[in-house]
Amino acid sequence: MAVDKHAVKKIARLARLQISEEKSELLSADLGNILNWIEQLEEVDTTGIEPLASVNEHSLPWREDLVTDGEINDQVLKNAPETAGEFFVVPKVVE
Amino acid sequence: MSDLLKMTATQAVFSLSQKEISSIELTNAYIDAMETTSALNNYVTPTIEIAKQMAENADKAYAAGSAGPLAGLPIGVKDLFCTKDTQTTACSGILKGFTPTYESTVTSQIWQSGGVMLGKLNCDEFAMGSSNETSIFGPAVNPWSAKDGAALSAGGSSGGSASSVAAGSALMSVGTDTGGSIRQPAAFCGVVGLKPTYGRCSRWGIVAFASSLDQAGPFTRTVGDSALIFSAMAGHDSKDSTSASVSVPNFSDVVNSSVEGMRIGIPGEYHMDGMDDEITRIWKQGRSWLEQAGATIVDISLPHTKYALPCYYIIAPAEASSNLARYDGVRYGNRVDAETLDEMYEATRAAGFGEEVQRRILIGTYALSAGYYDAYYLKAQQVRRLIKQDFDSAFNNVDAILTPTTPTAAFELGAKISDPITMYLNDIFTVPANLAGIPGISVPAGLSKQGLPLGLQLLAAPFREDRLFSVASAIETQAQFSLAPARAAGELS
Repeated sequence: MAVDKHAVKKIARLARLQISEEKSELLSADLGNILNWIEQLEEVDTTGIEPLASVNEHSLPWREDLVTDGEINDQVLKNAPETAGEFFVVPKVVE
Repeated sequence: MSDLLKMTATQAVFSLSQKEISSIELTNAYIDAMETTSALNNYVTPTIEIAKQMAENADKAYAAGSAGPLAGLPIGVKDLFCTKDTQTTACSGILKGFTPTYESTVTSQIWQSGGVMLGKLNCDEFAMGSSNETSIFGPAVNPWSAKDGAALSAGGSSGGSASSVAAGSALMSVGTDTGGSIRQPAAFCGVVGLKPTYGRCSRWGIVAFASSLDQAGPFTRTVGDSALIFSAMAGHDSKDSTSASVSVPNFSDVVNSSVEGMRIGIPGEYHMDGMDDEITRIWKQGRSWLEQAGATIVDISLPHTKYALPCYYIIAPAEASSNLARYDGVRYGNRVDAETLDEMYEATRAAGFGEEVQRRILIGTYALSAGYYDAYYLKAQQVRRLIKQDFDSAFNNVDAILTPTTPTAAFELGAKISDPITMYLNDIFTVPANLAGIPGISVPAGLSKQGLPLGLQLLAAPFREDRLFSVASAIETQAQFSLAPARAAGELS
């Protein structure tokens, strides 16, 4: 599967990764090679095979709906690049 | 001093409990060794003061008769485990300076058992790599040298964890294994590396790479030590919904139990074209050791083996692209400022993630994107089930499977980093166990002509780590592997 540089840019946009023009060309070759190698999976007959997302197939456990922590605002904010009061700060989203 | 570094964990526990040595003496010997082996670049954040404090506490516990099973033992931790108030970076630029306010379940169980933390160990960025060369701190170096003297990779992703135990700058260490990241570096450095059953150890507080594949496990110099620390690491944790409610036996009791009458499978598909003669030789050697120990050798087939790697390179990047979405410069990690929120995300992630991590995020995003999801992601999940079924039927017939751990001995730093697929092929024998969720162990079995360690891998059915320990100790007994890397801390070599 060839991945042209427009496709690379589109994927990079979905992944929120800024990539330069030059890098998108390098990545186009790189990803193309890897995907070509991966495509040997097409040789395998998987008709009627149920996909396996996790070896742990039993249903997830339930617990009581109780508050188990809280009142830890300072811990939650401790590693944030920018905060104001009890909030994370991000660039303006709405004009 | 020399005697201190040469002790196994099991011997050290005995000497500590007999008051022949103190934990502070033992810990200081390791702190000195961290200094003399610093060129190996194993520790990214040493925690000397914490180590001394924990060693003092251990000595008090021995005096009071309340010592836990790991009391006083100096242990290194892969920098992928969150450690409270100690920087945790996953060896990525995006997390430099991140200081967790909580402790991972596995490490907190180790400290509760009395373990002494020496520091945080080098690894590939977000555990993505097989040579430790994608680390923001530069590669961990293997303490073993080839006859030509070239610097060798310690393997990856848990390179620092393997190298430190081999070099004598940690008595034991913990790492994680998503596709071979414990077993491959253990084989490269000549130590024992265990990847437990998926769900055996809690993943809570471990920086996530691929959540359906990640498992924590120990590095040790002997199989007995592996059983000792693993018994303390394992167990159910309500904070990890995939952690198994299965009781944890005392694995130390099964080490050295007889393999007489056990059935050991040899999978024909692991004979790869172009595989090193030395690897074939050590594999045959392992087979005859187990025969001599009274096991029955059975030829088996795992027909989908060759598809495990391409299957893994869809599933692991897909899960990684989702897990790593959290690094957005808002809640933690480093930020690159920009005008708009989207520009900030994109600039932050481009600056913070290294090349291999970005490559895997892109592959994963592609495989999960509209129009390609069925062809790549669903297909890979179907192949994953076939791989698991191969193992399920094999374990109806055998108690354990014997394979080489890696297709080659340790390679030179720089030899494979420019070609992703060549690097990925290094994990060809280890990846299937992660996809199937089964436990595996690598045990050092001998040396190559170049004088480098070679490992044998054993695999067993889910939650049968006990079988791994008994078969691995049979190999250990016969191999008589002696740990003597050229670049170890003085007295160890």
